[in-house]
Amino acid sequence: MKRKYIPWAFLSIPLTFYSIWVIGPTIYTMYLSLTEWDGMTAPEFQGIDNYLKLFNDPIFYTSLVNNIKWLVIFMAIPVVVGLFLAILLSKEIKWARGYKAAIYSPMILAPVVIGLIWSWIYQPQGGLLNNTLTYIGLEGLTRGWLSNPNTALYAVIGAAVWRHTGYVMLLFLSGLTAISPTVIEASRIDGASAWQRFRYIILPLLKPTTVIVIVITMIQSLRAFDFVSMMTRGGPFNSTNVLAHYMYTEAFKNYNMGYGASIAVVLFAIMFIFIVMYLRQIRKGELE
Amino acid sequence: MELSLHQKKRIRQGIIFMALLIFTIVWLLPVFGAVLTSIRTMDDIMDNGFWSLPEAVTFKNFATAWSEGNLNTYLKNSFIITIPSLIGTLALSSLVGFALAKYKFKGNMFIYLMFVAGMLIPFQILLIPVFRLSNYLGIYNNYWGLIMIHTVFQMGFCSFFLRNYMITIPEELSEAARIDGASEFKIFYKIYLPLSLPAIAALATLEFTWIFNDYIWALVLLRDDRLKPVTAGLATLQGNFITSWSVLVAGAILATIPTVVVFVFLQKYFIRGLTMGSGK
Repeated sequence: MKRKYIPWAFLSIPLTFYSIWVIGPTIYTMYLSLTEWDGMTAPEFQGIDNYLKLFNDPIFYTSLVNNIKWLVIFMAIPVVVGLFLAILLSKEIKWARGYKAAIYSPMILAPVVIGLIWSWIYQPQGGLLNNTLTYIGLEGLTRGWLSNPNTALYAVIGAAVWRHTGYVMLLFLSGLTAISPTVIEASRIDGASAWQRFRYIILPLLKPTTVIVIVITMIQSLRAFDFVSMMTRGGPFNSTNVLAHYMYTEAFKNYNMGYGASIAVVLFAIMFIFIVMYLRQIRKGELE
Repeated sequence: MELSLHQKKRIRQGIIFMALLIFTIVWLLPVFGAVLTSIRTMDDIMDNGFWSLPEAVTFKNFATAWSEGNLNTYLKNSFIITIPSLIGTLALSSLVGFALAKYKFKGNMFIYLMFVAGMLIPFQILLIPVFRLSNYLGIYNNYWGLIMIHTVFQMGFCSFFLRNYMITIPEELSEAARIDGASEFKIFYKIYLPLSLPAIAALATLEFTWIFNDYIWALVLLRDDRLKPVTAGLATLQGNFITSWSVLVAGAILATIPTVVVFVFLQKYFIRGLTMGSGK
């Protein structure tokens, strides 16, 4: 066999499968977004009608705004708390291994499982949260966390934050171990304060990890489906709907496949920005 | 009294230790709460409140979830779906990883980045066509529909991971084998695969949890309740036992046992897998 064909011999079967199950479908969804289709009869081409409809769809806007809220909270809490925990746990602390394991243990649980357990925590009667609040004398704060449109979204995000924080901590921990202790020691000898060490030494050296953490966090928050589906199904009154869930409902509950496809394309387009950021970071690593 | 530097350091570490201890206990409250709920009756919780001593410890909730709630079937289905997907995706990805790590050719970087991008796309962009494709191939509402999409989709991450591992294997090894007359496939099979075992083990633990925990594909590609994996099964359970939270939570705990077992025994690999690919 000619030398230049060898890699393709290895790639042919995997790439065939990948084209049929991933690449082809991605392109096909883009086409479907330009059609009207009930899933039974043939798709009917109708140009950009679906996208025009999206523009005037209040549920689409609610879902988009909820995605943005999700994203902002995910950037704020898991990333900051995860970094903070990673820095604390990278020091010599008794039981550090146990703490680490405890903090990232929610990651191995399925979002569905977490969603179910947290639904129970949020239950107005008998649930852990309301019971605890009553127990410590804050009865006034008790409410139906998931049935109240003002709190439902934050309640769902809370469950997701619980799962994501440990992941962020792990990523930062592995980034921190790559920083040579001598650099930090040197700055300590030079009289840098803890904050200065963090701000001018650790943070810049953590930059590649930070980029990856931010991208993964953004992508995770946009992928959010399981928590919403399990805890609220987007309700009450779409107050917890997000694009991933709205797409599923339109396509597979209401059989508006074409319209569902257009929501998927919008979601894909938003995520594509972060995917490109990730790819650039990867390529940078390659060229070094 | 003047504290020495050493004493100050010890005090600071003590404070951090205490703060972490409290944080961790609060952090794990949902887990304690779930276990505590699963071994009590609903009446007990409702009458006495969550923070009361259980009237009696019962394992009936687990039994109910297991048999009446069909968790036995759902868990079995999860394994039937996860194991072949895991083997399939590792087999295909090791071929990709090898080709991308070993050979310089036009399109190498493009294919590599395509797989990296592929692992990050939202499932939503694939749902409708894969649903239709599975129907067309006669594997809708069948384990194979799920096995195929998991196998192929997870290739994105696995290829990325294995390529980056295999690229560190020194070229001299294959040169030596080639002089001895080994074919390229033999180099893959006899040198690269065995040397990549640590990476494959890390991937396998990670992918096991990911595939096992999938929910949306099971919703889209299965109709029959008796075929559902445990994630989709829990959703059914939630519909059938609406207010019996102790049964629901017991079901959730049962659903977690396989991934917890994998994690406890293969934690080292799991973490190595997760943190790799997070940049240099």
